[in-house]
Amino acid sequence: MKSQIKRGVSLYSFQEEMFLGQMSIEDCVAFAASIGARGIEILPEQNMPTFPNIDEAQIDWWKGLMAKYGTELTCYDMFLDSKIRKDRLMTDEEQVNSIVRDLRLCNRLGIRNMRILVFVRPEILGQCVPFAEELDVHMGVEVHAPWHIEHAWILRTIEEADRRGTRHLGILPDMGIFMKHYPPVYRARFERQGARPEVAQFIVDQHEQKVMAEYTIYEVAVKMQGNKAEIAMAETLRHSPYSNPKRIREYIPYFRHIQAKFYEMNADCTDPSIAYDEVVRELAAGGWDGYLSSEYEGNRWIQDVYEVDSREQVRRQHKMFERLIAAGQAAP
Amino acid sequence: MFDKYLIVDKSLRNTGPTNAPAGFAFEAKLGYYRGLGLSMIEDLAISIDGEPVARSAIRFDEGPGAITLDQMETAFDRRWAFGAPAVISVEHPGGLTPGWHSLSLTERLRVSYLPFPALNSTSKSLEII
Repeated sequence: MKSQIKRGVSLYSFQEEMFLGQMSIEDCVAFAASIGARGIEILPEQNMPTFPNIDEAQIDWWKGLMAKYGTELTCYDMFLDSKIRKDRLMTDEEQVNSIVRDLRLCNRLGIRNMRILVFVRPEILGQCVPFAEELDVHMGVEVHAPWHIEHAWILRTIEEADRRGTRHLGILPDMGIFMKHYPPVYRARFERQGARPEVAQFIVDQHEQKVMAEYTIYEVAVKMQGNKAEIAMAETLRHSPYSNPKRIREYIPYFRHIQAKFYEMNADCTDPSIAYDEVVRELAAGGWDGYLSSEYEGNRWIQDVYEVDSREQVRRQHKMFERLIAAGQAAP
Repeated sequence: MFDKYLIVDKSLRNTGPTNAPAGFAFEAKLGYYRGLGLSMIEDLAISIDGEPVARSAIRFDEGPGAITLDQMETAFDRRWAFGAPAVISVEHPGGLTPGWHSLSLTERLRVSYLPFPALNSTSKSLEII
């Protein structure tokens, strides 16, 4: 069977260069197109300086940009400022209104997937379903570490979607949930901050053995009298899960887009940390046909000592995707 | 995630009349991967040469005009855009002496999906221009 998995890029990947004014949005899109990544995921609150006031000329600009490079907008990353006021949380009605505002803008941009922040309550999303259906936008709750696909909080969204019998509410997996090996860029930065190599190695070994985070944190903080960097490194284990790639296939009906999180690619275009080989195999076998949308997040781990080159990192990840998607096609 | 880039290079200057400066100003960016409404900028804590500046002496302007940090709390229609420098000015009678100064900035943000305030901090040595 020929795999229909597609390759895309989130503009999140180029945050370092965009923040520093070294890359424009058009530069990012042109680069994506140059490596055959045809799907562009956007963060309007990052990429549209006048947000939430977007006029038709701006909408036309985005559509024209996609036409120019032969790309398409794949996903709209929403935010919800439920704490916009200092004195109280947004009411439920205000939260729904904010999400509907985003659904409308998403629709105007011609985008059919919206990344919903994982903290948004399922019952709020349930109230947004009629609008999502009318505007034909799939609301995918971001399954972001330390949550995982079968976390009880995520299952509440699945239940809400089932209860309403809708295909416009579901999930949007972030591949950070499949952290099989501890990222070398994490370790290196903690060592630069003063973590002793032997303590860093202990933490990496504990992660490799999938020891529950709290055991390791106690070992490092109390028994080993860890310093600040060592304790901080141990605490990253709370957010570094390896969930079972074999479970993703069953949830294919609930997601249409994937945020392909990564922290660093090896020079040989393999990922030292996230189990993409296992996950893409499952997606291909399950006939999933959405976009793997690159989400490079390594800049914050290396910018203290290295020049960040997001393009090279994304290029390497797409070499890996090409290889893994082709391997999925060859499978029976 | 962008701490080391918060304060814009070569942006420190005195404000007001040259012979009697009213204070100093510099440019800074929001240390976040998206823009944020001003009401969620809980605090901008500034020190100059190791001396903390009073909150009431600080003004913020991302473009439309300078306001106090207290006024920012209800500025629901204004945003600090991603990667965009804003002018932060400080009442500091006499201004700063010529030469180099150590400037510290901590941005405290109320990010709705985080259980705790987000803190971005940096210190930088800048020469008055």
